[in-house]
Amino acid sequence: MSLFDWFANRRKSGPISEDRQEREIADGLWTKCEHCDVLTYTKDLRTNQWVCSDCGHHHRIFSDERIRQLIDANTWQPLDVHIQPQDPLKFKDRKGYGDRLRDTQAKTKLTDAVQTGLGTLDGLPVALGVMDFRFMGGSMGSVVGEKLTRMIERGTATSRPVIIVCASGGARMQEGMLSLMQMAKISGALQQHQAAKLLYMPVLTHPTTGGVTASFAMLGDIILAEPKATIGFAGRRVVEQTLREKLPDNFQTAEYLRDHGFVDAIVPRTQLKQTLAQLIRLHQPVAAPAVVDNHTPWANGLNAAEPTHIGVDL
Amino acid sequence: MAPPERKSILLSFEKPLVELEARIAQIRELAEENDVDVSAQLRQLEARATHLRQEIFSNLTPAQRLQVARHPRRPSTLDYIQAITDDWLELHGDRGSGKDDPALVGGVARLEGRPVVILGHQKGRDTKDNVVRNFGMASPGGYRKAMRLMRHADRFSMPIITFIDTPGAYPGYEAEEMGQGEAIAYNLREMFGLTVPIVCTIIGEGGSGGALGIGVGDRLMMFEHSVYTVASPEACAAILWKDAGRSGEAAEALKITSWDLKQLGILDELLPEPVGGAHANPIQAADILKQALMEQITELSQLAPATLQQLRYQKYRQIGVFAEAA
Repeated sequence: MSLFDWFANRRKSGPISEDRQEREIADGLWTKCEHCDVLTYTKDLRTNQWVCSDCGHHHRIFSDERIRQLIDANTWQPLDVHIQPQDPLKFKDRKGYGDRLRDTQAKTKLTDAVQTGLGTLDGLPVALGVMDFRFMGGSMGSVVGEKLTRMIERGTATSRPVIIVCASGGARMQEGMLSLMQMAKISGALQQHQAAKLLYMPVLTHPTTGGVTASFAMLGDIILAEPKATIGFAGRRVVEQTLREKLPDNFQTAEYLRDHGFVDAIVPRTQLKQTLAQLIRLHQPVAAPAVVDNHTPWANGLNAAEPTHIGVDL
Repeated sequence: MAPPERKSILLSFEKPLVELEARIAQIRELAEENDVDVSAQLRQLEARATHLRQEIFSNLTPAQRLQVARHPRRPSTLDYIQAITDDWLELHGDRGSGKDDPALVGGVARLEGRPVVILGHQKGRDTKDNVVRNFGMASPGGYRKAMRLMRHADRFSMPIITFIDTPGAYPGYEAEEMGQGEAIAYNLREMFGLTVPIVCTIIGEGGSGGALGIGVGDRLMMFEHSVYTVASPEACAAILWKDAGRSGEAAEALKITSWDLKQLGILDELLPEPVGGAHANPIQAADILKQALMEQITELSQLAPATLQQLRYQKYRQIGVFAEAA
């Protein structure tokens, strides 16, 4: 076989699929950091939650891995796994939406772009939704809307804090206006969760844009973001076209949003679980003292049967 | 007679109609000059023109409807407010951003004696006006002004009327810096918590999140030739077809017309337009709108605030199409 044939064959076999790339990462002994080019033993990278120990680059991770990192072992109860997407508009661009769904499902082993469930995080019960960018760019259609809404409703009914890890290009065009309306639906569920005085914390990861930014991503009581994540409403290219000039490099980064007052804190992935746990604990009412100690000097003169004002009736 | 500048904003599919109208005018002129009675023929030709207009406008493609929805002479928010209210005062400012947004207007008004708050996107009537109005693309300050006015309505138990007419929220540098996403998101959530009736009407172009930012209500109404899109057909074509020129196909595929939205269970009431579109007879269009608003508000005002909130949530809760295997 000549070198020319080899190239021809190689071209025929097509570009390396995303699937194969992933397998290479998963099976490969070493992984090269896409940011600093340093080779890391894959096992170590995984232990470090796919954050490069050399440059701090956050490799993209997907929903299963994220759930594994945040939820205590053996406590994850997935919700609504049987909800399947449909093709209500019979939408066809360069490929039919129905076919696109089937292919993406086969490739990703996901039903749609979000996984939701209940579990404990450092022993604290939470309701968690994790978007998955592999599934059509994490786009939000009817299934994402319905699963997140049900998860939030479940959180409200069981008085749990809600956490949503966002990663999405925005509303899914293939479901047209049904997708846009999911923004309203989820926001409505969050309104009820908020009215019940419960804590909601979105975690914005790379990328969080469009309709997701213009709804639940920006509605957190506390909004956290991963370092360097792209977060914005309009796409960078669209803004550049509107403005007809180049934008600063840090435009629409997590750091930029924090500096402009739209993100509360940037949390490296390796500290995310403990930070979320810390925040949930900081919002729990102070526990009532188990025994009223009549011997403490400040208790003198107080009727022990009356509640003291140390946060008991919060 | 049509003003001369009307020719320049003629829509392509209106061409046969205009030709016919020109012929009618020509005959009438000739008849007057030569003092001939052609009234019978004229009546016949005029009937044909009306018929043709009806036929053209009832068979518009989604892309053509988009043209009607974006027609420069289509009545705007302020046009409708002037036509339907007995009393009106525009109120400015979101009390925060240090700048009033002319692309989103609002204020207090009286509608058939009832105090209401009305707000909506405002497009310009010509290029100069459009620059001032930013083509109806609101900034974060506009959405925050809208929320401030809606809170005002809530406090004084006034029903809220919103008019939607925007290509989308402004995708500018400053808008991003001021939190465009946050401003819209905040409105979506807070509108669910309001205790007064909210009636939203798409009077022209409903562009994506920028439309929804003042579009969560108890009732959604839409004029016949208005459109409501998840993304503009141009943007959609550029992303999905990698070719912005194929926006016609995208407009078709996205299901953006009032009939489509009715079918998807999103739209509550479809408002018929005068023949030839709202711009052909703005007064009649305003009457239709006013009538529908009065009916909706009268009905909604009878509900207790808690019921109103609950029904509003249910309305959006059931939107979506998916399968659920046991």
